[in-house]
Amino acid sequence: MIEFRSIEKLFPDGTRAVDDFSLVIPSHKTTVFVGSSGCGKTTLLRMINRMVDATGGELLIDDENVASIEPVRLRRRIGYVMQNSGLLPHRTVIDNITTVPRLTGVPTKDARARALELMDTVGLDRAMAERYPAQLSGGQQQRVGVARGLAIDPNILLMDEPFGAVDPIVRAELQQELLRLQRELGKTVVFVTHDIDEAFLLGDQVVILEKGARIAQKGTPEEILANPASDFVASFIGADRGKRALSIRDVDGERVVVDGDGNLAGRLTEPGAA
Amino acid sequence: MTWLLDNLELIGRLTGEHLRLSAIPIVLGFVLSIPLGWVAYRYRLTRGLILTLVGLLYTIPSLALFVLLPAIIGTPFLSEANVVIALTIYAVAIMSRSVADALGSVDPDVKQAATAIGYSSFRRFWAVDFPLAGPVVLAGLRVVAVSTVSLLTIGAAIGIDTLGYLFTNGYQRGIIVSVLTGVVVTVVIALVLDRVLVVIGRALMPWTRASRSSERSGVTRAFMTARRVREAVP
Ligand SMILES: Nc1ncnc2c1ncn2[C@@H]1O[C@H](COP(=O)(O)OP(=O)(O)OP(=O)(O)O)[C@@H](O)[C@H]1O
Ligand SMILES: [Mg+2]
Repeated sequence: MIEFRSIEKLFPDGTRAVDDFSLVIPSHKTTVFVGSSGCGKTTLLRMINRMVDATGGELLIDDENVASIEPVRLRRRIGYVMQNSGLLPHRTVIDNITTVPRLTGVPTKDARARALELMDTVGLDRAMAERYPAQLSGGQQQRVGVARGLAIDPNILLMDEPFGAVDPIVRAELQQELLRLQRELGKTVVFVTHDIDEAFLLGDQVVILEKGARIAQKGTPEEILANPASDFVASFIGADRGKRALSIRDVDGERVVVDGDGNLAGRLTEPGAA
Repeated sequence: MTWLLDNLELIGRLTGEHLRLSAIPIVLGFVLSIPLGWVAYRYRLTRGLILTLVGLLYTIPSLALFVLLPAIIGTPFLSEANVVIALTIYAVAIMSRSVADALGSVDPDVKQAATAIGYSSFRRFWAVDFPLAGPVVLAGLRVVAVSTVSLLTIGAAIGIDTLGYLFTNGYQRGIIVSVLTGVVVTVVIALVLDRVLVVIGRALMPWTRASRSSERSGVTRAFMTARRVREAVP
């Protein structure tokens, strides 16, 4: 369980990125922070692994105040996946995945064996193990990023717009993979996005944020959809919903249904073929 | 032609000495520039100061430096240490800027990601920042290598055994072949050293692919070397 208690973040330049933020993030569930650009999502996420230190309030992980945990040690037990994967360009795929285990002293052989299993888990062909990140597609890089995040088998997985830079079809695929993974692994996932559809798809708990990380509404997707707490929330979830015009496109010989934004909404299958 | 055959042993010995005396400043300059370049990169305030200071050092004429060093640090007047120290100073002057620039060229997202997954700052420097700065560091090191090999010829003017002896001696005694041999061997050493550095770089940094432009710049540098060597003739 992760608990924010009246957290505040005032950057040295005077920006108040987070203002009196309180929230409980339950274990083994996916919590999604969603909001428009600059509202403080990344700042909130980075406070969990102390990439950013709060200037007020307390942040607890399983009742332990993170301020009392040495940052490097804390980060080595929390998975972190970011946009553009953040892979080390000078390390092969397998070396990227085994980075953190090796930092913490796991024997190379064990780390590599586990990394190969993880490649299966995230749907990467083992043949790519010796490639460099630049030799992979964006979607494949993100899978490596997820595998790396899982390599130490962390309880907590932080994901900052991990699928923000891949095309809609690949994004939909990665979202489905994450849902499947989460069913199998049951991590405490904290996921940041500015895409409300992604938030509703992935989140057990969705937290809609306004400027200064003020909570506009939090709840399950059903609760929020059925009962928007304010005009802000209504327009935030409606803005995207309104322009929903579905159309059919041909992608790689497959017929798919996409919405007005080009996001994958479904696949067409011949009756009986599925 | 007979001169060449009669003096093969001398040429061989001078080549060996030239290689040995070049290697020391190149290696020393590289090692010393890592902490200096890091400080210049890391602390904005010191950056201007350090880089201006080492830049000024580079403007001291080499012959003057060879002659001044004994007075400043008390080395014997004809010691090869003067030449080695002077060339190390030049190497540091070029390299510390390269290292600072190289560290500044590393993608900040990659550095952040490395910190986020649990690298301490010390380990991150050696495992992430420095290797990724490698290609730019290597470019600086290649310039240092070629310039050291050519500057070293001036050492002959103060009696140090280097290929420069073939210029001074050949010039005084009117043996053109001697001067030409000196130039050719110096250029060949510079080119070979440059190649060796490129090959080592490729082996140590397999994720980079040597681009065509860097192949060509080796030749450009050779012309620069040839010019410097010509200027070195008293
Ligand atoms: N190091 C910093 N110094 C000063 N201000 C900062 C710093 N980092 C972030 N901010 C500011 O804090 C606010 C929140 O930033 P944050 O990165 O958390 O937003 P975000 O919700 O993740 O946005 P995006 O969707 O664009 O990634 C912004 O106004 C930003 O400009
Ligand atoms: Mg962000």
